[in-house]
Amino acid sequence: MPTVTMTVNGMERSGTVEGRTLLVEFLREHLGLTGTHVGCDTSQCGACVVHVNGTSVKSCTCLAVQADGADVTTIEGLANGADLHPMQEAFREHHGLQCGFCTPGMVLSAVDLANQNSDPSEHEVREWLEGNLCRCTGYHNIVKAVQAGAQAMGGGS
Amino acid sequence: MSGNGTGIGASVKRKEDQRFLTGRGRYTDDINLHGQLYGYILRSPVAHASIGGIDTGAAMAAPGVHAVFTGKDMEGVGGIPTGWLIHSKDGSAMVEPPHPALALGKVRYVGDCVAIVVADTMEQAKSAANLVDVDYQELPAVASIEAAEAEGAAQVHDEAPDNVCYDWEVGDKAATDAAFEGADHVVSIDVVNNRLIPNAIEPRAAIANFDPATDEYTLYTTSQNPHLVRLLLGAFVLGLPEHKLRIVAPDVGGGFGSKIPHYAEEAILTWTAGQLGRPVKWTCERIDAFKSDTHGRDHISTAKLALDADGNFLGLHVSTKANLGAYLSTFATCVPTYLYGILFAGPYTTPAVYCEVKSFFTNTVPVDALRGAGRPEATYLLERLVEKAARELGMDRVEIRRKNFVREFPYQTPVALQYDQGDYDATLDLALAAADWDGFEARRAEAAARGKCRGIGISTFIEACGIAPSAVVGSLGARAGLYESGSVRVHPTGSISVFTGTHSHGQGHETTFAQIVSDMLGVDFNAVDVVHGDSAKIPFGMGTYGSRSLAVGGTAIYLAVEKVIEKGKKIAAHLLEASAEDIEFENGSFTVAGTDRSKSLGEVALTAYVPHNYPAGLEPGLEETAFYDPLNFTFPAGTHIVEVEVDPETGEVDLVAVTGSDDVGRIINPMIVAGQLHGGLAHGIGQALMEECRYQEDGQLETGSYMNYTMPRAADLPSFSINHNTTHCTHNPLGAKGVGEVGSIGVPPAVINAVIDALRPLGVDDMTMPATSQRVWQAIQHAQG
Repeated sequence: MPTVTMTVNGMERSGTVEGRTLLVEFLREHLGLTGTHVGCDTSQCGACVVHVNGTSVKSCTCLAVQADGADVTTIEGLANGADLHPMQEAFREHHGLQCGFCTPGMVLSAVDLANQNSDPSEHEVREWLEGNLCRCTGYHNIVKAVQAGAQAMGGGS
Repeated sequence: MSGNGTGIGASVKRKEDQRFLTGRGRYTDDINLHGQLYGYILRSPVAHASIGGIDTGAAMAAPGVHAVFTGKDMEGVGGIPTGWLIHSKDGSAMVEPPHPALALGKVRYVGDCVAIVVADTMEQAKSAANLVDVDYQELPAVASIEAAEAEGAAQVHDEAPDNVCYDWEVGDKAATDAAFEGADHVVSIDVVNNRLIPNAIEPRAAIANFDPATDEYTLYTTSQNPHLVRLLLGAFVLGLPEHKLRIVAPDVGGGFGSKIPHYAEEAILTWTAGQLGRPVKWTCERIDAFKSDTHGRDHISTAKLALDADGNFLGLHVSTKANLGAYLSTFATCVPTYLYGILFAGPYTTPAVYCEVKSFFTNTVPVDALRGAGRPEATYLLERLVEKAARELGMDRVEIRRKNFVREFPYQTPVALQYDQGDYDATLDLALAAADWDGFEARRAEAAARGKCRGIGISTFIEACGIAPSAVVGSLGARAGLYESGSVRVHPTGSISVFTGTHSHGQGHETTFAQIVSDMLGVDFNAVDVVHGDSAKIPFGMGTYGSRSLAVGGTAIYLAVEKVIEKGKKIAAHLLEASAEDIEFENGSFTVAGTDRSKSLGEVALTAYVPHNYPAGLEPGLEETAFYDPLNFTFPAGTHIVEVEVDPETGEVDLVAVTGSDDVGRIINPMIVAGQLHGGLAHGIGQALMEECRYQEDGQLETGSYMNYTMPRAADLPSFSINHNTTHCTHNPLGAKGVGEVGSIGVPPAVINAVIDALRPLGVDDMTMPATSQRVWQAIQHAQG
């Protein structure tokens, strides 16, 4: 079985995986990083979004071996110690989460948008989030949070 | 009550969010127990079949496999019970066929549990499940109400002739018939309430463990009501004493009703863990969630409204057929009856109302509560019918509603409910202003100039939430009480733990309940934590559904706090050498009235636990529990207005504006309340425009994944306008009514009324949910000939 090594939340992590092991399985089951969630099996809900080399990726669509050598950020690695990342803080401030299950994917997807666009319009946010499902919030407050978080980030994470 | 800062009425940021935002939530699938095995549930691929035999030999021999159990192995275990006994018109009890956890003899829907394969890893269990050889001898299936009631239809259960579960009624039929005889106008309508799949984003999951040292079972499960699961699983299915069965519903990723029922998988996992003496974990894949999470709605109805010449409602007659699916899920039977038929007075003074509901078994997933549960179905029918009446009588659609509003409270409806309080004119006026109703025709003309058909729709509605009191629901067939519990434990140094029988799966109880307690006791918000979801920690409680948590559970906590204050007064009186009657409690201090002599809550708490100088005969400790059984339902009410633009070339419906004007009773945290309204609106819009569960005639689920079941996405929805007019519930001390289901109840008819309003110039006067572009386009083509 192949061994993979990647930087996860700033730390080098290795593990022996099967060829079919998904990145999300490696994160959740091998590394115990259960903040990344699995909500579907068709790569449509977006609960499993992480960053691979700075870009948002559905970790259920990516094999662990594909991420070999990559720099991976999960929701556990976003905050700076006790200080929330500006996007996390914006979700808290604007009540952009309820049950919290879609939240890690939403936040990481939003950070990727904000890295590209520091002042997204409501329309741009809604279009960007087409790969992330939420059943609780009706998206209203998520959109507000993403706009506020992007502005707070000021064009960089 | 302070009303600002972190008190009642303040938009306090949520306590829950820190863990959810940093990936430290603890959902069931995040939990792993030492030595756990994995269980894969093998499900029926066919809708109806006799099981000729099951050969598990090859699966048992597969790598890593520890056990394969089938229905025969569990034969001595009780079936999955249902929670509400309905009686038919003729007084007979509903048909209640057995529901074995693992199919025994027959499978009755695609998704029915057939076997559990237990292995070292889930991959091994799943692979081995492919080797289980089941001899399915297929039978004709009935996958819809129409098929179930057809002449010569296949029988889902031998016990249920003609596939009927019950034929129920409510209201005075003779009085209603008489109202129609004297009517100047009769308006009738046929509507279908589309079947929905709940789709909480967290799939169901469970881990069961048996500890031979203590004979105790523990089940971690994605539930909205852990004690209800414990009661049903322990007492009815496995025959376990409740003190040996612990149910933990940790962080739960959305419920919407689909995590109320006690599911077969919970029984299978717990029993299997006992058999193997090792923990067994199961996580549902989404593709299995589509065919095993209870579905919602699925009604076919015909109704007629009798009116006098002035547009006053005289009588309403409703006939509904409801699909219950293959087995009776926990609250399946009460949803189309006591959560539906008794809603038909709506906000109106209709003096005679009659509703009959015939429910059918079909070879489909069991149907149970889904956000609103019965009340969306009733509201949709009534508001479509009232709208149609306005059109047929040539009356203004706002005025016909206003003309018939209930204005004197309490108001006894002809269908059992007594509304305690409301101001329907105020919510209507607020909505009309917020939506700029009067300016609509200019917007319609402007859209027409762009080639778009613009329409506006309205619904005015009431809800019935916090279903109670227990004695009444018991007399109607409920097999459980519908009270709630709350405990308040003031620790020796003054911090506080609150234990609630409700369960939070997104609603923010940890915040809202802490606001109530910190406000009442005058302690820091951060010194109060709320515990829920673990039957080993909390008092017996009924859980969260039906928008009951604040009105019922919050009131239990309120009453427990009052008990704490009363006891604290006795302790303070002793310390201050005064009479307890002379002690006043305010802002965290017990004060002798008219003096500056006081003791803080912290001092009193410490005294309660270190009772060296203490009142004679008073128990030490400062912890109180209250069980609250409400006197009545609560009755939130509102007006929803929706504005749409339809592209006549494509049939695409663009939601331009959604305005909610709601009376949800006293608001503890406006931020959380707005979030609940947003989510409900999105769910209701999903039903109206996008979501539809479809079965093929042979019972195969056509909409079995996110590829073909349309979930509302961010780009499908607009931002919402949320407005409040508040009247307080008169029978709970908080004045709370409920908010979780408002949107999904009120908005679907407003959406469809708007679509019809938009298309009326093209000759379209009816529309079925969901109003997809295909359906709208076809309606336009049909109307244009």
